[in-house]
Amino acid sequence: MRRAIPFLAGVIFAAGLCISGMTDPMKVQNFLDFFGRWDPSLAFVMGGAIAIHLGVVIWAKRAEKPLISDRFVWPDLVDVDARLVVGAAIFGVGWGLSGYCPGPALVSIGAASRPLVAFLIAMAAGTIGVRWSVEADSEPRHFSPQGSRRNTQ
Amino acid sequence: MLAFTPFASTLGGALIGASASLLLAFHGRIAGISGIFGGVILPKRGDTEWRVWFLAGLVVTGVAWRIFSAASFGAPVAQSLSLAVIAGLLVGVGTQLGNGCTSGHGVCGISRGSKRSITATTIFMGAAALTVFVVRHVLGAS
Repeated sequence: MRRAIPFLAGVIFAAGLCISGMTDPMKVQNFLDFFGRWDPSLAFVMGGAIAIHLGVVIWAKRAEKPLISDRFVWPDLVDVDARLVVGAAIFGVGWGLSGYCPGPALVSIGAASRPLVAFLIAMAAGTIGVRWSVEADSEPRHFSPQGSRRNTQ
Repeated sequence: MLAFTPFASTLGGALIGASASLLLAFHGRIAGISGIFGGVILPKRGDTEWRVWFLAGLVVTGVAWRIFSAASFGAPVAQSLSLAVIAGLLVGVGTQLGNGCTSGHGVCGISRGSKRSITATTIFMGAAALTVFVVRHVLGAS
């Protein structure tokens, strides 16, 4: 179950992206092109996803713990800060330029076009760069030899 | 795939919502792709296995889907390698700084009513729309 559920979730997520149109960068750009050939289809992706997910979120907020895990892991941060605003803006520019956000880019890997591979390598590099600099800034205690939190999952 | 597709897009979205629901109900985890991806390429002990299996399911399905229905995948619009690298860097850096992408903020966070996610989604949609406006209507590409 600990492997099957995440794997199944990945399969369903990928199928959803492929069916929805999110894996077509031109369609994504058309969705974002409010002043040109605006195609509102992808708003229905978010609508459909939230409609299904909302009920489970309401249940999860009241439940003591998940079905096969110790606890719900909710994000620690609650306030809007500069890092969130700047990060979201940077992500938006990259999404608009390429038509790829992380999920569709990873799902499209089978296409293996040169621009997509270049995009994915750069996305990984950007991810590593930020995670390294953030950890160097704020989490020195992670270097403790005990390697705390061994059983968070 | 460039026509208006409300039914396919709603169905696809519903599947994404079902996937996020599975992960939350069983594992208590949020289906944010940028966070899951980050946790796989820079693993933390004890918190990696579920991420690896999720990404494996995602990628295996994408590859299989490509074999049976190549039409689902449009060609990259950023055809030049330098533009693709710049866009990839921006997406990688931006999603990690902002702690989420279209899935983590746009679907899971908004479903929770998270103030951070609603703010982030508004900003990245706005920035993306502005970018497309500049590329298409100011610079005149495509």
